[in-house]
Amino acid sequence: MHPAPSVILFSTLSGLGFGFLAFLGWGALMPSGWAAFFLWALGYGLAVAGLLAATFHLGNPRNALKAFTQWRTSWLSREAWASVATLLILAPVALSDIFALGLPRLIGQIGGALAILTVFTTAMIYTQIRAVPRWHHWLTPVMFLTFALAGGAMLSGRAWAPLLLLALGAVLLALWRVGDAAFARAGQTLGTATGLDRLGVPSVLDPAHTAGNYLKREMIFVVGRKHAARLRRIALALASILPALILLLPLGVWGIALAALLHLAGALAARWLFFAEAEHVVGLYYGARG
Amino acid sequence: MTALPQTTARKLGLVIDLDTCVGCQACVTACKGWNDAGIGLSDQDPYGADPSGTFLNRVHSYQVAIPDAPAQVVTFPRSCLHCDNAPCVTVCPTGASYKRAEDGIVLVNEDACIGCGLCAWACPYGAREMDADQGVMKKCTLCVDRIYNETLPEEDREPACVRTCPTNARHFGDLADPDSAVSRLVAERQGYDLMPDMGTKPTNKYLPPRKKGPGDASPLAPLLDIKATGIAGWLDRMLGKL
Repeated sequence: MHPAPSVILFSTLSGLGFGFLAFLGWGALMPSGWAAFFLWALGYGLAVAGLLAATFHLGNPRNALKAFTQWRTSWLSREAWASVATLLILAPVALSDIFALGLPRLIGQIGGALAILTVFTTAMIYTQIRAVPRWHHWLTPVMFLTFALAGGAMLSGRAWAPLLLLALGAVLLALWRVGDAAFARAGQTLGTATGLDRLGVPSVLDPAHTAGNYLKREMIFVVGRKHAARLRRIALALASILPALILLLPLGVWGIALAALLHLAGALAARWLFFAEAEHVVGLYYGARG
Repeated sequence: MTALPQTTARKLGLVIDLDTCVGCQACVTACKGWNDAGIGLSDQDPYGADPSGTFLNRVHSYQVAIPDAPAQVVTFPRSCLHCDNAPCVTVCPTGASYKRAEDGIVLVNEDACIGCGLCAWACPYGAREMDADQGVMKKCTLCVDRIYNETLPEEDREPACVRTCPTNARHFGDLADPDSAVSRLVAERQGYDLMPDMGTKPTNKYLPPRKKGPGDASPLAPLLDIKATGIAGWLDRMLGKL
């Protein structure tokens, strides 16, 4: 799949933002005054920046409001609802923290749960797609949720954040291992795609068109897969291992900032791989495996 | 509404005969022509060095290696299969993508499309292409603007690809009716679904290429046995002795 920068930025930033908002909502930090303002602004900033980045992926964004209508069937529509509901419900909690209004924490807890639900709906947009076998697995939402929880725990300075970061590394390793065998397990070949397996073994004789098209650009992305192994090591080190180690050092808030920057870079690399390595079955018609 | 209808009264679709298709691309051209005039299918840099464009129908060509027989070339038209269980419909966040309860045609309401591309991701068959100029999704409409169009002569009320096909490799009809010509064709010729394991339950069916039987070693083989006579025979013997 084409690793569109807008979608990579969207899912990475908003995942981290909603993860952090969840911890703020749950009252992990209980900041007040200016500190509360800056922390909530960071959470909202990441989440909203991610959502804005996502609108750049749309070919026709003027209809964007219609995306709220199909929540009964569409995970993308559910994501729209969950994200807006989270941002609205947590807003009074943020104001209460900043101005010490003493709003009941229950609202924050509901908002925090909604923030995690938002990340789950994002993950399900990809998980539901059977035509991309690598994504169509329960480890996909596990990966998105672990990213959000580990990132949120890290930003809110939880003592067990390093453990969650290391768990994230394990999830990434599992996802890559399962994902590498996913296409073969789905069992689709050029033979099943064309039905010509009932005759013999088909192969591409001549391309259907000599120029590029939307399908090839969007779904048959192959550039850069040769660096996949190296990028996986980079993603694992930056997103998981290094920030976990840095958080163990007595660096205070600077340690968290450094760990967060490294983690974000690693998350971007992991998310790039999530798209670039995902093979769509339509590639079979073009003689590519994906 | 992106919920799929429980049942559709009719299942209009295509039956494509891979034994008859010669890969002439007439269906590609007719489809592009009709639908460019209708919904618009833009091209980018069409006369330049790097052309690209939106098509609702593409014809691939494959060679099939067959044990104990010569390889066979199969040309393979690929377009929307108007699936009963269309994954492209349920993923749509705006309701732009829908399947009609009355005839099973899967359509895009471009006025509601946000161009997110998720339906194209959900389709295993590559049936949907985003129009780069309009920013909305395009797909086969089964020429819904022809098949019910009473201003057209009756013989033209079928999809442009079917109407134009010079070898009659494309057939249009109601696959829910077991007595329709297309349903009988599917029954007689063992018509099949593409990637049935994807769970999409396609309406369109493909008819397999017929086996051409064990091939002769070479069409020129009998010529190798010619015995020369007369002067040629004498030359043949003399040259053989040299």
